[in-house]
Amino acid sequence: MTDSPPRPNRPVYLDNQATTRCDPRVVAVMLPWFTEQYGNPHSVEHVMGRTAEAAVETARGHVAALLGADPREIVFTSGATESNNIAIKGAARFAAKYGDNERRRIVTVATEHKCVLESVADLKDEGFEPVFLPVGADGLLDLDVLRDALTVPTLLVSVMAVNNEIGVIQDIPGLAAIAKEAGTLFHTDIAQAVGKIPVDLTGWRVDLASVSGHKIYGPKGVGALFVRRRPRARVLPLFSGGGQERGLRSGTLPAPLIVGLGEACRLAGEDMADDTARIAGLRDGLLERLLGLIPGIAVNGSVAHRIAGNLNVTFPESSALEMLERMPDLCVSTGSACSSAEVEPSYVLRALGLSDAAAGRTLRIGIGRFTSPADIDYAASALAAAHSGHHAAPLPEA
Amino acid sequence: MHYLDANASEPLRPEAKAAMAAAFEITGNPSSVHAAGRAARRVLEDAREKIAACFGARDQDVVFTSGGTEADALAVHALGAARRVTIGATEHDAIRAAAPSAAILPVDRQGVADLDALRSWLSAGPPALVCLMLANNETGTIQPIGEAAALCRAHGALLHVDAVQAAGRFPVSLAALGCHAIALSAHKLGGPKGVGALLLTPELTGIAPLIAGGGQERGRRGGTPALAAIAGFAAVTGLSAAQSRLAALRDRVEAAAVQHGAIVCGGQAPRLANTTALALPGVRADAQVIGMDLEGVAVSAGAACSSGKVQTSHVLTAMGLGSLAGQAIRVSLPWNVTEDAIDAFEAAYARMAARLRPALVPADA
Repeated sequence: MTDSPPRPNRPVYLDNQATTRCDPRVVAVMLPWFTEQYGNPHSVEHVMGRTAEAAVETARGHVAALLGADPREIVFTSGATESNNIAIKGAARFAAKYGDNERRRIVTVATEHKCVLESVADLKDEGFEPVFLPVGADGLLDLDVLRDALTVPTLLVSVMAVNNEIGVIQDIPGLAAIAKEAGTLFHTDIAQAVGKIPVDLTGWRVDLASVSGHKIYGPKGVGALFVRRRPRARVLPLFSGGGQERGLRSGTLPAPLIVGLGEACRLAGEDMADDTARIAGLRDGLLERLLGLIPGIAVNGSVAHRIAGNLNVTFPESSALEMLERMPDLCVSTGSACSSAEVEPSYVLRALGLSDAAAGRTLRIGIGRFTSPADIDYAASALAAAHSGHHAAPLPEA
Repeated sequence: MHYLDANASEPLRPEAKAAMAAAFEITGNPSSVHAAGRAARRVLEDAREKIAACFGARDQDVVFTSGGTEADALAVHALGAARRVTIGATEHDAIRAAAPSAAILPVDRQGVADLDALRSWLSAGPPALVCLMLANNETGTIQPIGEAAALCRAHGALLHVDAVQAAGRFPVSLAALGCHAIALSAHKLGGPKGVGALLLTPELTGIAPLIAGGGQERGRRGGTPALAAIAGFAAVTGLSAAQSRLAALRDRVEAAAVQHGAIVCGGQAPRLANTTALALPGVRADAQVIGMDLEGVAVSAGAACSSGKVQTSHVLTAMGLGSLAGQAIRVSLPWNVTEDAIDAFEAAYARMAARLRPALVPADA
């Protein structure tokens, strides 16, 4: 696998917040676990099961190391959506079952991922009070807005570390400190932050955090939930069965996918500084080109508090959907992948105060580990052509 | 190491590896509308079509999950709402945990569900959900699902069938079984771990998700689908080992074990060709498994799920086997089992039994 030449990036893929290419180095480490090592990691009675179990534990160590966590705080799941569901519903249901009946408020932010918004909203039927806080025009949650919301006794606060559409970085340590003062559990969806910014869950003092494999050049179908040990965050499982993962997440562990997640985390730790510097250079270069080519474009969300790989740009004239049709060789998106087939304007952009018309002229551009300078050149000219109503030139032969 | 623990996990078939290696080359998210997303979506929908066709469902009624446990949990969550629930006494822990307060449907000494008991339970109250597995993971016992489905339908009840161990071992069709839902797990078919599916009949609409958000799987299961694993799942769908060969090898396993004092649990019922539960009176199951492991043969004491704890089998207990329920190992032959492995089992079992069986005092001593 490692000897094969790098695959040309065709079509040009600039949608790295939707998903990322599984790194060939991850695939190379993962594939043997599909074939030669097929034991069930729970079959610890025989050697093949124990070998798989050891690989799972090594991966758990890699994930924990990247997040500033203890390996015993990492629970493997099928992805960040499941992790978010377990964290939010699980924390609420634990409190409802075992104790704290005074705290019924659950606070989140209008720009969260849909699975967080839906999980919080669903809890209304179970007697909780969902609260959705606004963000500023820069996409950031003001600390005082959270402080005010927590004057009512609150069970859980959930704020994502990095937004999936606009890439802005929330002040998680600051927000978590406010939650701690109020005696409130703090959950953060770090799917878009891992490998992009340094994450220190212990230092940040968060209780629960959700991780995705396929956003960090790992495989789809695997993720993790961080559950703090001291003081222990208590959650009920979403479903039970074999009692795996300390009863929090039943089902046979997909050892190969977990090995892939572990390797993706290990590589992220090694490559983060270099990747970030290179990706920031590409992003800034693209923005500079676009500002020159298309006067009047505007970047949505804070530029200062933003991951290197994200641009979210409102164009002055052309509709985003029409632009997409004119650039079949360029993969960018109108919003999050989950809702990209919808015609509804992005609720994230609305929360920033954009009009529906402006939201309809907006594209998300996600630059990643495998983006080349040539990809950026192509993207700049394709976007400029598409915006002026022309079809983008086809991608030149590699 | 000779691997005879297929019911814990079947060895991956080469078709799955090839399909996954190809799928890992695809970058897109199947929910994205651009070219990369459409390429991913094609893999996803081709897989869905193949799995639907093989297991007698419509494409749109296939819900991909993270595996059999989640599929069972989703079935009970979605179909059991506002219904009475009963489950077979020998169900997998996934079902037992999803319906902790369910009525338990007894089984006979061969592990076959008591349909007369089911009939009277169904007649006794309001609309119900019944959960019965197609083939048992520990004994291989096959339940009379067709008859149970007819009973359920006559009483307005829903029937969910855990087909995890049956699929890939003999033809399984949701439509032909007549039940309302079946749960599948790819790694029990020789596919990858980390993916499964719940297949529903067309009459079941408005399924409430267990994992919310994102709107994937028609709103029935949130989260980006495990694309490569799903491609691997589809690649092994429709493949099965020659059952007559497996049955002949299984018979050799049983003959060897019986010769050294073992009792076959549930051997008289219709059952999977690859599975046997062998009780060795007076010898704890975990000691037998460790003894076999030391001899280089991987088998298990019941289900693999219980985090390494060897417990008395609830399956064998429900079959009325008393203390034997803690003294049985499960031998389950994988699709690629060799004659050599069976030879090794015979030799290993003989040594293990000789070492661990309580000393018998000869009658003339």
